[in-house]
Amino acid sequence: MNLDPSEEQRLLAASIERFVERDYAFETRRRIVASPDGYSQDIWRTMSELGVLGLLLPNAYGGFGGGAMDAVSLMQAIGGALIVEPWLASVALGAQLVARGGSDEQQRRILPAVSEGRLKLAFAHAERPARYTLAHVATRARADAGGYVLSGVKRAVPHGAGADLLVVSTRTDGGDSDAEGLSLFVVERDAPGIALTALRMFDGTRAADIAFDEVRVSAQALIGAPDRALMLIEEVVDFATALICAEAVGAIKSANDATLAYLKTRKQFGVAIGSFQALQHRMVDMTIEYEQAKSIALLACSAVDTERDSAVRSRTVSAAKARIADACRKISQESIQLHGGMGMSDEVKVSHTFRRLTAIAQQFGDADHHLERFAALS
Amino acid sequence: MDLDYSPDERSFRDHVRGWLHDHLPAAMRDKVVRYAPLDRDDLLGWHRILADQGWIAPSWPREWGGTGWSVVQRYIFEEECGYAGAPPLIPFGLAMCAPVLLEFGSDAQRRRFLPRIYRGDDIWCQGYSEPGSGSDLASLRTSAVRRGEHYVVNGQKTWTTIAHLADWTFCLVRTDAAIERKRDGISFLLIDMKTPGITVRPLPLMDGRHEVNEVFFDDVEVPLENRVHDEGKGWTVAKYLLGHERMNTARIGTSRRELGRLKAFAAEQRKNGKPLIEDPRFRDKLSRVEIELMALAITNLRFLDQLNGGRTPGAEVSLLKIKGTEIQQALTELMLEAGGPLAQVLGPVDGTMPDDDFLAALAPRYCNMRKTTIYAGSNEIQRNIIARHALGL
Repeated sequence: MNLDPSEEQRLLAASIERFVERDYAFETRRRIVASPDGYSQDIWRTMSELGVLGLLLPNAYGGFGGGAMDAVSLMQAIGGALIVEPWLASVALGAQLVARGGSDEQQRRILPAVSEGRLKLAFAHAERPARYTLAHVATRARADAGGYVLSGVKRAVPHGAGADLLVVSTRTDGGDSDAEGLSLFVVERDAPGIALTALRMFDGTRAADIAFDEVRVSAQALIGAPDRALMLIEEVVDFATALICAEAVGAIKSANDATLAYLKTRKQFGVAIGSFQALQHRMVDMTIEYEQAKSIALLACSAVDTERDSAVRSRTVSAAKARIADACRKISQESIQLHGGMGMSDEVKVSHTFRRLTAIAQQFGDADHHLERFAALS
Repeated sequence: MDLDYSPDERSFRDHVRGWLHDHLPAAMRDKVVRYAPLDRDDLLGWHRILADQGWIAPSWPREWGGTGWSVVQRYIFEEECGYAGAPPLIPFGLAMCAPVLLEFGSDAQRRRFLPRIYRGDDIWCQGYSEPGSGSDLASLRTSAVRRGEHYVVNGQKTWTTIAHLADWTFCLVRTDAAIERKRDGISFLLIDMKTPGITVRPLPLMDGRHEVNEVFFDDVEVPLENRVHDEGKGWTVAKYLLGHERMNTARIGTSRRELGRLKAFAAEQRKNGKPLIEDPRFRDKLSRVEIELMALAITNLRFLDQLNGGRTPGAEVSLLKIKGTEIQQALTELMLEAGGPLAQVLGPVDGTMPDDDFLAALAPRYCNMRKTTIYAGSNEIQRNIIARHALGL
């Protein structure tokens, strides 16, 4: 056992901390969220200079070859500062699908550009009736004239409007919920036949509804073998799920820090409200919740990096996400309640952290979904 | 013991229900059940329909327009309104200022304000909370200094609900800063919101809607005749009002309607190819809230029965507020959960309507309802009240 971060991990964490302190104050974030694109090109460039865009990509394509454990400090910072730039969507979802399933040609063309910040990816997967079931895909890809023709509608694709390339899950065979018959394609976001509606999400991030109407792609756009994509999708979504668990830990820490500071400074009845035992115990429970959340998030990040048995990996990720979802609800609600009316205000950061924690609780599956998956894999 | 309403009470309920069915405008109801924002016309429109019917102020004395209903009838009426999806009535005039005027006001004040409140001529707001005075209300600092026939008011109120729409506010102000017991230096003033020196600034909440405000008073002149009760008796007035403010916080009718809506919504949502309502995990959570609500309805009736028997409301009212708001919040949380991943969408960036505006309203609604355990005496303060006054701790 060695719970100390490596030298590289320590250095990265320190430089990310400096970046957040210097470039991502809450007021800056507020301006970015209100801007037309909903993210900042300048911040994206800075993230590229910090090396975090290549953090998870193979060394052969300009990356650092890191895993989820190497991204823990970054994810905690994203959660703590409520960073809305599309790192997870582009680097941990889109580019991971290419890095783990794409051809050499696709990797050579896409991955260095991602790591240098020239190209952003999004994973266009969710559909209206799917809820959290990954296999539910009704978007069709029909073989035609040596290529494929895509038709269907993807809903609330994270950062879909800001992406240059979309990795699109489609059904090349079988019924809407079959495990077999899924195929992934890399598609230009501006390809003819794509209609995109940019969306505001309630946690301040952006997404897009994307309709594909007879969108033609070449056979080279296919990632991996046809009909067999579900295993890759599950692997990459597990990976991203472990990472947002780490993001949640950062957001929980931020909510707890803000609440603790409020308890110490807010005076009522002539004393700091933190002197009331009823509130002290609640703050203690929030602190315990943070420690448990952090532990289970680390376990999940470690599992997606090292576990070869996919069932064990998925079981661990579901354990983490179920636990994190509960922690997200508890911490978000308690932090608002202990802030009193102040917590309801849009002007304080904790109300934004509340929204992000609420969103994380449901992203990639809510507590119920992951409890079921955990039980089914046990 | 009979836990059901008497035949008379049942026929009263049926009468109210039938009347609501015929007179609640569908457009108003639709806005309420879809969580759409309500404007001044919605809020006052419904007020005036009830005023025309003579049902706007059931608890007032008959000479001022009260209905003479029993406590149980009043409760049935409120529950039916909530269940039917009627817009909530703005409580500040009807249920807060008016009872104060009836108890402490001069004849002139009653004649001047009560008919206008009855008809819905003015919107009132409540000037209590200040930046440094929330749960500890008695520490408030907004000052009122006598100058001739006026008080000159300076200071700031905050979290003032609908101040941006209000014509009048009733305020707690400090008329004696020197007095040792803080609560003895407080007075209760009625202030015209159009008086020079008043500035209202919106305080955006996390659901994005404009509901509460900061109100600044800068040398605002208030005629002495607008003081209710004696100078320095503001705390007595405020304490009297606290009991009133908490009479209907259980919101059983509204929660019953929301529960029905949640069931219908969960039946429309699909999980693994089946209606979500059939999912045992979700169903259990929904059932637990429903059962809690069933119990609270009876708790509420037991409380009403005591009031009917002439007992004044005690610390037990706090229990209704705590459980009522917890149920309201649990329902919004389950609704958001039922909405699934697409309930995270607020709407298109270009400002056009979301394609499913009900789904898009769930997350803001969930955010907004967090206020219920904070306002009108936070649930922590309610627990303190029970501990101190009911349990003697």
